[in-house]
Amino acid sequence: MIKAILVFNNHGKPRLTKFYQYFNEEMQQQIIKETFQLVSKRDDNVCNFLEGGSLIGGADYKLIYRHYATLYFVFCVDSSESELGILDLIQVFVETLDKCFENVCELDLIFHVDKVHYILNELVMGGMVLETNMTEIITRIEDQNKLEKQEAGLAAAPARAVSAVKNMNLPQQIKDIKLPDLPAAIKDLKF
Amino acid sequence: MALRKVKGNLERMFDKNLTDLVRGIRNNKETESKYISQCMEEIKTELRQDNLAVKANAVAKLTYLQMLGYDISWAGFNIIEVMSSPKFTYKRIGYLSASQCFHQDTEVLMLTTNMIRKDLNSHNMYDSGTALTGLACFISGDLARDLANDVMTLLTSTKPYLRKKAVLLLYKVFLKFPEALRPAFPRLKEKLEDPDPGVQSAAVNVICELARKNPKNYLSLAPVFFKLMTSSTNNWMLIKIIKLFGALTPLEPRLGKKLIEPLTNLIHSTSAMSLLYECINTVIAVLISISSGMPNHNASIQLCVQKLRILIEDSDQNLKYLGLLAMSKILKTHPKSVQAHKDLVLQCLDDKDESIRLRALDLLYGMVTKKTVMEIVRRLMTHMDRAEGTMYRDELLQKIILICSQNNFQYITNFEWYVSVLVELCRMEGTQHGGLIASQLMDVAIRVVAVREFTVGQMALLLDNAHVIVGPAAARSSIAEVLYAAAWICGEFSQLLANPKATLESMVRGKVVSLPGHIQAIYVHNMLKLYAHIIATAEEEDDSEMIEEVTNLLLERLPVFVSSGDLEVQERASCIVHIVTYVQKCHKHGDKVGADLALLMTGELNPVAPKAQKKVPLPDGLDLDAWINDPPSESEEEEDDALEKEIFVKADSSYKHRKEKYEPSEEELQKLRDARRAEQASNPYYVKSSALSSPRPNHNSIQVDEIPVTAIDLNVSLKIPGMTSLDKYQVVDGWQDGGKKRHKKQKKRSKRKGQVSSSSEEEINRMHVVNTDIGEMPEGAHLSDDYEIDDRPEDDPHRALDINLDEPLSPNEVLPTRTHYEAHAQRKIESNNEAKLIPSEIPLKMKTRNKKERKEKKEKTKKVKKEEKKVKKKPSRDANLILDLIDPLKETVISDKVPVAANHINGIADAKNKEKTSDDLDFWLSKELSQTPESCMDGTTKTASPSTPSSSKDDSKSKKTKTKKEKKAKKEKDRDKPEKKLKKNEKEIDTLSRNRDEYEETNGTVTQEVEEKLAVPEPQPYSRLLAEDSHIRIVYSTAAMDGVMSEILVCIKFISQSSKPISKLQLILPDSSALKMIRTDPQSELVNLPWSLDPGESKETQLSFTAEDVTIPHKLRGSLSYIQDGSSSSSDISLRLEFPVTTFLSGKTASRATFTDLLSSGQLSARSSFTLPNCPWSFPEVLEELTLGGSLAVVECVDQTASLYGRSLHGHHVCLLVKYQASHHLTIDGKSTEGILLSNALDHLKTTLMQKQ
Repeated sequence: MIKAILVFNNHGKPRLTKFYQYFNEEMQQQIIKETFQLVSKRDDNVCNFLEGGSLIGGADYKLIYRHYATLYFVFCVDSSESELGILDLIQVFVETLDKCFENVCELDLIFHVDKVHYILNELVMGGMVLETNMTEIITRIEDQNKLEKQEAGLAAAPARAVSAVKNMNLPQQIKDIKLPDLPAAIKDLKF
Repeated sequence: MALRKVKGNLERMFDKNLTDLVRGIRNNKETESKYISQCMEEIKTELRQDNLAVKANAVAKLTYLQMLGYDISWAGFNIIEVMSSPKFTYKRIGYLSASQCFHQDTEVLMLTTNMIRKDLNSHNMYDSGTALTGLACFISGDLARDLANDVMTLLTSTKPYLRKKAVLLLYKVFLKFPEALRPAFPRLKEKLEDPDPGVQSAAVNVICELARKNPKNYLSLAPVFFKLMTSSTNNWMLIKIIKLFGALTPLEPRLGKKLIEPLTNLIHSTSAMSLLYECINTVIAVLISISSGMPNHNASIQLCVQKLRILIEDSDQNLKYLGLLAMSKILKTHPKSVQAHKDLVLQCLDDKDESIRLRALDLLYGMVTKKTVMEIVRRLMTHMDRAEGTMYRDELLQKIILICSQNNFQYITNFEWYVSVLVELCRMEGTQHGGLIASQLMDVAIRVVAVREFTVGQMALLLDNAHVIVGPAAARSSIAEVLYAAAWICGEFSQLLANPKATLESMVRGKVVSLPGHIQAIYVHNMLKLYAHIIATAEEEDDSEMIEEVTNLLLERLPVFVSSGDLEVQERASCIVHIVTYVQKCHKHGDKVGADLALLMTGELNPVAPKAQKKVPLPDGLDLDAWINDPPSESEEEEDDALEKEIFVKADSSYKHRKEKYEPSEEELQKLRDARRAEQASNPYYVKSSALSSPRPNHNSIQVDEIPVTAIDLNVSLKIPGMTSLDKYQVVDGWQDGGKKRHKKQKKRSKRKGQVSSSSEEEINRMHVVNTDIGEMPEGAHLSDDYEIDDRPEDDPHRALDINLDEPLSPNEVLPTRTHYEAHAQRKIESNNEAKLIPSEIPLKMKTRNKKERKEKKEKTKKVKKEEKKVKKKPSRDANLILDLIDPLKETVISDKVPVAANHINGIADAKNKEKTSDDLDFWLSKELSQTPESCMDGTTKTASPSTPSSSKDDSKSKKTKTKKEKKAKKEKDRDKPEKKLKKNEKEIDTLSRNRDEYEETNGTVTQEVEEKLAVPEPQPYSRLLAEDSHIRIVYSTAAMDGVMSEILVCIKFISQSSKPISKLQLILPDSSALKMIRTDPQSELVNLPWSLDPGESKETQLSFTAEDVTIPHKLRGSLSYIQDGSSSSSDISLRLEFPVTTFLSGKTASRATFTDLLSSGQLSARSSFTLPNCPWSFPEVLEELTLGGSLAVVECVDQTASLYGRSLHGHHVCLLVKYQASHHLTIDGKSTEGILLSNALDHLKTTLMQKQ
């Protein structure tokens, strides 16, 4: 069983957290912190297994992680999982992300954490490995994205336009116009 | 309205979406928390709006904030709203959020049951997929119970994507709702052979998880997994399977032997490192389980070690780490093979990777020998000097001590060296293992008399240099504990001190007050010991100056301790102050008190066995398990009474033991003592304490072991075990230790009690080596008992999943389905009606018929409704089964025949069914036919006769209905009672040969006919003749073992007809293409029967077969060879085993509920029937024929009509309706999920019935 999947960057900022066992938010943050401390002090050329996370699990649990550029991908697993298998799984996960985001980078994870979750859900379900075949995973994800687009249809067009405008990274003055006030102005027009 | 919508959309455009939120947080790095709280406010407003899109957006943002550590559980209800959206986009957002923040105790979850059910059954695959994924994260016990059935339905989905997810979710369902495991397991097992590899893999995954925690219940799946292992190429799945085998082999060494070869092949062939590694791991597990007496497995060990060496030498740190990990497993059983690679391990100690160093350390622990220990410890010490990081250094320190102290210092030859090592270790900064060092020091000082003087000297030095040890860093470490040991040792063995006064001075001065309380207390106490010693010696030498000096020193320093904040210190100090003052006073008078003072501390302190306290027998009259207050509820009290009985029995016996052992004669005592001494002398690990070096000079003359026995007259045996046979205990306790600790945690009473009593028994035996003639406990048995203790924590859900899966399902073990409240209510009313109806006999028929008709109408309308709704429902229980099975047109005919008794069957039949299943299991296990059915039938018949009304305890459930029936039956039968009793006796005699199914029928139809039938003497109904010659007759019977590996069990009975013994029976049964026997040796077609037949004797053997296709009949040819005593050549008979399709059917799971479910669900698509216009058989005889071998079971039998049910090994259902008309016209209608099966089954039944003609 996989107990938790954590992705955080070199500074310990969480980019994705998935706990397959319940911890309250405070505990989750502590676990992230502890895991970061354990993992971050290790060189890149040491092994990818780590025992001794005190907060999560116990003797039976291991941290298995990989470090890609600015991100750590950490899986906390028990002894029923194969260590090397999980390493492969992390690789599959990252490669899938790479395919879905086209050259994935930390920013993709920052702004699309929901999508990353959906991708992860196709790999691991409730702490158990669901699928390891990348083509199958990608087909499922694309299917669902298609479904989402269909549903959005025309109704989402204005929203998309607005978010496109927002995403254009307009200079600061646009912010000063106070976009949030606009709806009030529109209300006054009395439709 | 439309305007509002547009407006909503427009407003929405300017709401922050998730991207904006993230961007905002990034732009407000300094004021993040302020910004987020502002966003939270916005989110709250958004959640208040009606627009679902706005809500979904808000929930998506919340999910992000949750990751940052913000509690979002307050939005639980909104999340559910979003989850319930018809749009996949929003649904997905909702489920994601739920899976992130809901957990099994979330209260709003109870609102979600129906919504999730809807989603699971959605026609959109991804809706159900999302629901499954979400559910896997937050499923609760209630949800698991309510949705188990829906998840099961998804197992048969046409889409592999859903099947896969449903399979995985099942595991979570089991965890939360263990009752689901047994009913669901057969389906789960089927998924192991799913055409989709993903589903297969998921099923393997789930079963592996289940089996890992309760391996013994899954042993029977080994062949399936074995097949998968040898056929699959999916490495992911192989890894899981191989890991599973690793867990199974310790339970079944034979399995291990079988595995070695394919695993070795895999090791040689695979290129995947992960697979290779798991193979090695499992091979190691196998080798461990069959470790002894297997010379040819050296090759396997060598192979493993070689491969591991390659891994360890690999440049990939991961492989190196895993190699070491696996190596340490081999080490436990085959230390020799690992020790050869010491160089490699020591090399790994220098690795830059801490994980690898730690692993290497573990290995070292097992590689130590007497010769190498000094070298290894030296290397470790130098490592420790260089090592950075206290954690690793602590680990090193601990390992050094473990290495040296393992097995009672097995490898230590020079204890002076060891003491120096320990003293050296004290200098380590910031260690957390001060306590460990301290206990080692004390252990050595107490137990190794030879080095005691040396140790004491070292300790005096330590005390003198206390300030060095307790440096500024001491606050964070526990190194001060060492001083505890030092002070104690110096005090206790003060006569060995070179300069007691100097030591006393070093104890008194310095910053003792800054030490922890318990250490101060020991300091104070040992000051007194030292003082006593100094005074005694000084008095002998008349050194009054010394006396005065020391006394003044103490009186000057002790007040510091008297005012200590620690109670213990304070108390001891003030006590000692008074003693010293008193001594001072005495000296002023010129009295010598040294000897008296020394008496205060007299008596040697011997080590006490760790378990000594537990071994103290329970005093008479003390019942630890008795309630102090009144127990809370009645039911528990009952349970407790039963338990208490047990306690008393056990307590009594231990009391007896104690009595015996408290009155040993002087002679016996002497004998014991001698025996003990002899034992100690021969025990190499016993550190002998010689009388000469006994620390108290004034007690030199007294034999050490006499002191406690004679001096302390306790009425409980506190003293003996710890003092006398300490070392023996410690050696033995090595293995007990773990078990006991675990045992503490465990609160299950019964187990615990057994445990305690057994260990106390053991202890008694140990103490009284001579007179242990009663109840000696075999050591081996005890050992295994200890290991069976469940070491899982109380709340581990896997404890509840320890369920025997091989047992066939009983009819009440079905997944809960949704039922109508209405149905229950209605049933109640009707049964009330019946209750009123029954006693009055005359208008009975009429009324019933009317009622039946009414019921039919209701049933019909209900059916229509059901079809309209297209929701799977459980039909109301009073539905007449028979009516369901046949076409509406025929209904009228049958309803004429439905007698009153029909409605009574329910209760009885259900109760019967329960017993029947357990009977079945008994049957497979014990081969004893029908013994239990006899008793259960007995119960029912007896209730019918008024003389023995109380024997139907186990039928209590059906009692209510029965009493009604009883009355009626009584009336009917009063006339022919004597006759009936006679028959009953007859019946009891030949029950052994009777099929149990007919009892059910007996219960149902208490009519004249049945009685007639009962009187018919019956032959062995199951057995078919297999072959016969002049010497031997062979009959066989078959039975489908549904639930157990889906096998067919063939019971072959050999009956000797010869006058001479027959031996060397050999069955040759080659497998056919579709029918395979499960053999111990798959290569051989031979089955050797290990016994011989004496004249007139008969013996049985059981063989199991598996069939690929159960819808068609099979045949198997073979032969039997045997040798008749006296004749030199063997004789052969050819055999032909027939497997008609009914062989593959089992009626075990038959129950009214499932039967009605089946009929109403529309699954039974195939139908077929036949008619025999001139059946010479009576109806009961026909039924009996049909239910032969238990392949079909009577679900309901009304008058001359019966419905039967059977399920094939592959899960096909077969339902039959048998109608018999007075004119010997027999019609059998069948419905099934599988057409071929049904037609074959009916063909077979027809021919058998015709043949009988």
